[in-house]
Amino acid sequence: MMTSYRQARWIGDAGLEPSVFELGKPGRTGYTLPPKLHERLNLPKHLLREKLELPELSETEVVRHYTRLSQMNYGIDSGIYPLGSCTMKYNPKICEELASLDTAAHIHPHQSEETIQGALELMYKLERCLAEIAGVDSVCLHPSAGAHGEFMAMLLTRAYHKFKGDGGRTQVIVPDSAHGTNPASAAMAGYEVVTVPSDARGRVDLKALEAAASERTAALMLTNPNTLGLFEDKILKIAKIIHDVGGLLFYDGANLNGILGKARPGDMGFDIVHFNLHKTFSTPHGGGGPGAGPVGVKDELEKFLPVPVIEYDEKRKRYYLNYDRPHSIGKVKAFYGNFGVLVKAYTYILLMGASGLREVSEAAVLNANYIMRKLLGTKGYELKFDASGPCKHEVVFSAEPLKRETGISARDVAKRLLDYGVHAPTYYFPPIVSEALMIEPTECEPREELDRFVGALKNIAEEARSSPEKLRSAPTATAIGRLDEVKASREPILSWRMYRKHRA
Amino acid sequence: MRKLGLIVNPIAGMGGRVGLKGTDGLEILAKARELGAEPVSPTRAVEALHVLKRSSLKFDLITYPSEMGEEEAREAGLKARVIGKIKPKQTTAEDTRRAVKEMRELGVDLILIAGGDGTLSDAIDVVGTRVPLLGIPTGVKMHSAVFANTPQGAGEVAARFLSEGLPLREAEVMDIDEEAYRENRLSAKLKGYARVPYEPLKLQSTKEGSTSYELEDQKAIARWVAELMKEGRIYVIGPGTTTRAVAEELGIHDSTLLGVDLILNRKLLERDVNEGQILRAIEGKPVVVVLSPIGGQGFILGRGNQQISPNIIRKVGKENVWIIATPHKLELTPILKVDTGDARLDDEFRGYVRVITGYRQTRIVRVS
Repeated sequence: MMTSYRQARWIGDAGLEPSVFELGKPGRTGYTLPPKLHERLNLPKHLLREKLELPELSETEVVRHYTRLSQMNYGIDSGIYPLGSCTMKYNPKICEELASLDTAAHIHPHQSEETIQGALELMYKLERCLAEIAGVDSVCLHPSAGAHGEFMAMLLTRAYHKFKGDGGRTQVIVPDSAHGTNPASAAMAGYEVVTVPSDARGRVDLKALEAAASERTAALMLTNPNTLGLFEDKILKIAKIIHDVGGLLFYDGANLNGILGKARPGDMGFDIVHFNLHKTFSTPHGGGGPGAGPVGVKDELEKFLPVPVIEYDEKRKRYYLNYDRPHSIGKVKAFYGNFGVLVKAYTYILLMGASGLREVSEAAVLNANYIMRKLLGTKGYELKFDASGPCKHEVVFSAEPLKRETGISARDVAKRLLDYGVHAPTYYFPPIVSEALMIEPTECEPREELDRFVGALKNIAEEARSSPEKLRSAPTATAIGRLDEVKASREPILSWRMYRKHRA
Repeated sequence: MRKLGLIVNPIAGMGGRVGLKGTDGLEILAKARELGAEPVSPTRAVEALHVLKRSSLKFDLITYPSEMGEEEAREAGLKARVIGKIKPKQTTAEDTRRAVKEMRELGVDLILIAGGDGTLSDAIDVVGTRVPLLGIPTGVKMHSAVFANTPQGAGEVAARFLSEGLPLREAEVMDIDEEAYRENRLSAKLKGYARVPYEPLKLQSTKEGSTSYELEDQKAIARWVAELMKEGRIYVIGPGTTTRAVAEELGIHDSTLLGVDLILNRKLLERDVNEGQILRAIEGKPVVVVLSPIGGQGFILGRGNQQISPNIIRKVGKENVWIIATPHKLELTPILKVDTGDARLDDEFRGYVRVITGYRQTRIVRVS
């Protein structure tokens, strides 16, 4: 297999395109505005600034700058992006088109209800679709990200137990395979976090769960399929253990892509569910959003949902916002959620239909199993947990044998994949798998792309033996080489101002 | 250039395969040889050195003559500066102590020691926590927490320590009375602590985005334990650095690291107490025992904290035993063990226990 991939490099230091602040010349502009505009706008004096220190570039320079940056980038529109647990699927362009319609992009949350009936209807119907998909009774679209949804779920849990006069529930149980945000969300809502280990099959250790569950249990936070890509087949028993002690079950819906139309969290016994619209429902993500993390609940929790709730007045045939909810936990976000994202997700759901969504999961699971079977048996990679059954939408390999044999780590493998023009999987997660490579191909990849990915991983295992140096210095075909990740997370330079300060 | 010391205890581990439970003393060594024991330590030391060789790192290797490191370095293809003198085939604990002392004087950054509990115990006699140590596991008894899991693991940690630097943790060195062990009585004492480089768990994980350090985790645990403490209750604080952090959190700076202390109303009541003193102090009072796994095998009772006897645990009740351990420590020993000498009490602990692992964080852990 040849590696002929090469990312664009430009003129600045180390082949980097200069930052926009280093381009242009004083006096160049890329806009035409009426002169003395600010006087006509009648802005208050204290809001006017003398010096802006903005870069001054012509339109040509601006367009070239961002085009070059995009050529130094890699995205789902460039090729396979098997970043486990992130569901990096292709985002249909029609969703973008609909979200940029004036009636979607240019409405204002302070407009009166009469003038945004369409937007309210869209959100109302999206809530109903999500409730049907997850098997719950009501959905709130407000949270702007997955962890935000988890946090809101914990606030609902607290309100529920408080309403029942059950103040002694101070603990939230989280499996050791959980997403890192689960314990964080529980802790932020004031709960103690109790971690339960996984068993040899990579599922929740039921005996440990029984030991953890008590009259102090507020909730269990669970992802199913879990972060190993394995379905918690004892889920009904798990739900019974938690419900028997009076706790609630929260479903982390980050991994919904493996069960659409096949299984519903509500039917598994979950009381609260969150969705990552930016994953399963194909709205673009990465780079910090915007996302959307709606939360669905069973009837007994409905009264605690944040305000406002969208309701439909049958008589007057109009949608309205209901703020009159005495048991509500209040607000979790300004207004009603990230509307643009909601439009894209609703478009996607209508585009696919029920049968289409089911097909999404079938293809996503098939693709993950194809990779698992193709890679299984390659010297250097192994599965840490029971591989007798199928995986769901993702598969976690361990590169531990390769490290033992050659000293090459999962990180080196991931970095080298970039040289093949392939995005790396998530690595070193979940933490219960040493040298983890967490692969989620999604339903969008054609078979040739999957073969190319598996071929690259096999080649790299060979390279680890024949030319380990190549791997330690990878990536070399990308615009930027290997980063010092520890330094980057300890001393982040995220703005021009920070960069100048750092230089000084 | 960074300096790496290498000491191989060539006879470590020889007693194991022939069932002698250790090789302390020349007499036992002779017996081991008689029974056909082959040296295992040199081969395993070479496995660790191979990793360093492969890393193509540049460092100064300083070692002792012939089978105490010189031959192993040569075998792995590493150039070494050889210091000191020994009588080949007749090495003793004294040679280990002398080697450690001389390497310390040469200012080495880390000493790799191939051996078992006895070898490491000899080493900390001389340097304590002043020079970082790392054990290549080659002995029969390895209850200390200073060993890497495998010889290769030791090589990898040493390589990373030399190339990019790694944090250091204090790790228990256990000393086991071999004669008693041969009579099937295990008497493990917490001998002291060594400073050992380690790879923090979460430093690897960019998804987690945070780094976890042993000391910070210990402080987080201590903060919560201190919050949970109640007036009028006696807290029996077992040995170890994690439990010491609890005392520190209360502002008690003269607690014993290797012994058992009693705390009442956030003040030190008695320090370094034995079984009898504990029993007298707790008579008729509400009591909580705070324990941390001691050593590299994950024992929560019966290793290095024998003062807290089965008798005491029965009086206090299992529900009043708090177990505390950092996530890193549990990563090393995911399954905990008990060996109180009272089989029925051991059975009561088997199954699952709650372990406090951070501030308002617990983990359900299996005890076997």
